[in-house]
Amino acid sequence: MTRHVRYYLPAIAVFIGGILLWEVAVRALHIQRFLLPPPSDIATALITNRDLLLQAGATTLLEAVGGFAIGLTGGLAVAFATARFALARGALMPFAIAANAIPIIAFAPIMNAWFGVTSPVSKMMIVAMLVFFPVMINTVRGLTSADAASLELMRSYAASEREILTRVRIPSALPYFFTAIKVAATLSLIGAIVGEYFGGATVALGRIIVESASFLRFAQAWSAIIVAAALGIGFYLIIIGIERIAMPWHASMRGRT
Amino acid sequence: MTGATAPFGRRAHVGGALTTLGGIARSILAFVVVMLLIAIVWESAKWIGGGIWREAFGVALDPPHMPPLRITQLNDTNLPHVWEVIGALFEPATRRSEFSLFAVLLDAAIFTWRGAAIGFVLGAAIGLALAILFVHSGLLERALVPYVIASQTVPIIALAPMVVLWVGRDWPSVAIISAYLTFFPVTIAGIRGLKSPDPRALELMRSYAAGWKAVLWKVRLPAAMPYLFTALKISATASIVGAIVAEAPTGIAGGLGRAIIQFNQQFTSGPEKLWATAFMCAALGIAFFALVRIAEMVVLRNRMREVEA
Amino acid sequence: MNNDVSAVVEVHELNKTFGNAGSETVALSGINLSIRPGELVSLIGPSGCGKSTLLRVIGDLTRPTSGTIEVNGKSATRARTDRDYGMVFQAPVLFDWRTIEANVGLPLEIIDMPKARRAQRIADMLALVELSDFARHHPWQLSGGMQQRAAIARALAFEPRLLLMDEPFGALDEMTRERMNTELLRIWEQTGTTIVFVTHSIPEAVFLSSRVVVMSARPGRITKIIEVDLPRPRSDETRTLDGYFELITEVREGLKSGHVAGTTS
Repeated sequence: MTRHVRYYLPAIAVFIGGILLWEVAVRALHIQRFLLPPPSDIATALITNRDLLLQAGATTLLEAVGGFAIGLTGGLAVAFATARFALARGALMPFAIAANAIPIIAFAPIMNAWFGVTSPVSKMMIVAMLVFFPVMINTVRGLTSADAASLELMRSYAASEREILTRVRIPSALPYFFTAIKVAATLSLIGAIVGEYFGGATVALGRIIVESASFLRFAQAWSAIIVAAALGIGFYLIIIGIERIAMPWHASMRGRT
Repeated sequence: MTGATAPFGRRAHVGGALTTLGGIARSILAFVVVMLLIAIVWESAKWIGGGIWREAFGVALDPPHMPPLRITQLNDTNLPHVWEVIGALFEPATRRSEFSLFAVLLDAAIFTWRGAAIGFVLGAAIGLALAILFVHSGLLERALVPYVIASQTVPIIALAPMVVLWVGRDWPSVAIISAYLTFFPVTIAGIRGLKSPDPRALELMRSYAAGWKAVLWKVRLPAAMPYLFTALKISATASIVGAIVAEAPTGIAGGLGRAIIQFNQQFTSGPEKLWATAFMCAALGIAFFALVRIAEMVVLRNRMREVEA
Repeated sequence: MNNDVSAVVEVHELNKTFGNAGSETVALSGINLSIRPGELVSLIGPSGCGKSTLLRVIGDLTRPTSGTIEVNGKSATRARTDRDYGMVFQAPVLFDWRTIEANVGLPLEIIDMPKARRAQRIADMLALVELSDFARHHPWQLSGGMQQRAAIARALAFEPRLLLMDEPFGALDEMTRERMNTELLRIWEQTGTTIVFVTHSIPEAVFLSSRVVVMSARPGRITKIIEVDLPRPRSDETRTLDGYFELITEVREGLKSGHVAGTTS
């Protein structure tokens, strides 16, 4: 434990030093508070607006998690359907890789028109599209990643396709899958917030950030960003926790027991 | 944090002019086929659940086709016909405009791309410089890298509206946000890549009494290239997203973000313009990604490497 | 057609070519080989002589271009679906996500052996390869030699009538390899399984085998079959016998003449 503390000591020092420097610089250089609020102002905004921020955070989190679930289900379904068929995989993978480069956010207004500006469903659909492609691409790659020797071993046992899937392909795919959903967890929260930039329920993190910023209430905008960051890190940590339980054998976890 | 550590690495040959060209041709063909399939699904959905079909491909239908289902999302206001979207590209952008919608959107795409690309180059340079710094200084790495990693889980893009207010409503704001989104993936991939050479290769350089610059140029950077390109491909997309998000809610004039806001207001009267804009955004994202991918194929030709996860 | 069931493996006029017309590589040419029950036969030769390909053809992991192959009097595919084979590769191919005992039990799960019998069988196999203390460990916690022993335990788990080993100790250091050789002989003598063993080590081939099949490259063919009549049980002492060195020289000469024949033809 002390070794851990010593290892991260520089990081902790930077954090505390950074906050102090920020506070002192804003006051000493007389930077206008509305441009760059000192940390103390942001902390005050966090406390005074806590009810609003909690409610907004809940709205945004619902959109993120809902969309994440839809995109995850869709991505997995398509991946499992195509991974078995080389032709479908050959046709779909280049498209999926290209589609992954699409700024999905450009479709936010259309989703608003389809499912209603204030409805969480419109944000969920944006998040689902953001989550779908990385999950699908990585799952297909994972399912086809099993090495030739492992497949030959199963062949020498005259194992069925289903046995090869459950005993070799799925376990080999898990690291790829978790890489994707770690990315997707972060994307889902970003997607929900940016989706709200294009209109949404009033009490939502994205709306608070945009509206506070346009009225130059930066401390309030920062407090919403901090809530968003906390939610993002929380979501990410939950995924890492699930990964540890699902893949205790994985290389990155060796030597920790 | 970006790549997967697979239990068994798969190796594939990336270079080889013939196979690469064949691969590109196949990928483009597959892409076109899937696009056509989407168009067919799109129109089939409208045939089953859209509005009344009075014409198809410019030919009048008599009697008009009455779709058996009525689904809001598929009516002509929410989902225009494919040919209407394509047709809108070649009509004037607005009633008073002398330019076609396609010309206007292309102009906007170039504006957005300029901001994104400047930010992309800037962010990649800063990211790589930081990675080199971190690889050579354990103290700096321990002090700062946890924040680089943590920041990947933070919606950085949430800062966009504020940056625009700090820097001004023009492309430099767009470039700064794009640079911000680019530099994190590049830094992390750079650290991993610069640390990736075989320890024996580093010992070999040590036996030559090579300086850190020689080690960097001859061993570390070449080894880092595949990692860097994986990050740059992610960053290319992120920089375009950053540019659009910086432009849209704050209304920076001239780019695709503004076009989205503008045509969103005309959605009920002319939905095909918003659709065309969204597709232009998609094309820009794919084009920039493809550009980086081509650069990758040129730089990494004749290399064996782990297939990225 | 040879229906002599007394042979475990019967290969007749076997040919195997890779690639398509124009750029064909002849991997195996005119192979005839008969392996009797309980034998330990080594295939040795330079890289590219097709020794691994021959093993893979016997194991039905790849199909011959022409010629016939019978395993226990049936086709190779039939033998595979009857689970007559155990395979050991150069890499142990243990699954990271399974403990050592779960890895050894994998083929038993596939043949649907009841759980209680499976546990007993796993325990027996681990005892055989002296890994009982490591049953609950994961593969990465074991040394290379231990991993390969686990792979052998897995291959023997469902009592295959034929054990196919493709350079199983090729990645191990010389000392570990010699110890593994002695252990393999002990296991072979205890189980009586027929073994086909691919190697590029001459001492290993001589020490282990009842017969050494010497192969040459381009095209892959059998140049010589050497009977090894060293006394059994073999031990470290065997490695000091005059007969051992004479056989090593004989195999080496066989490889050389094959090499010359291969380059001049």
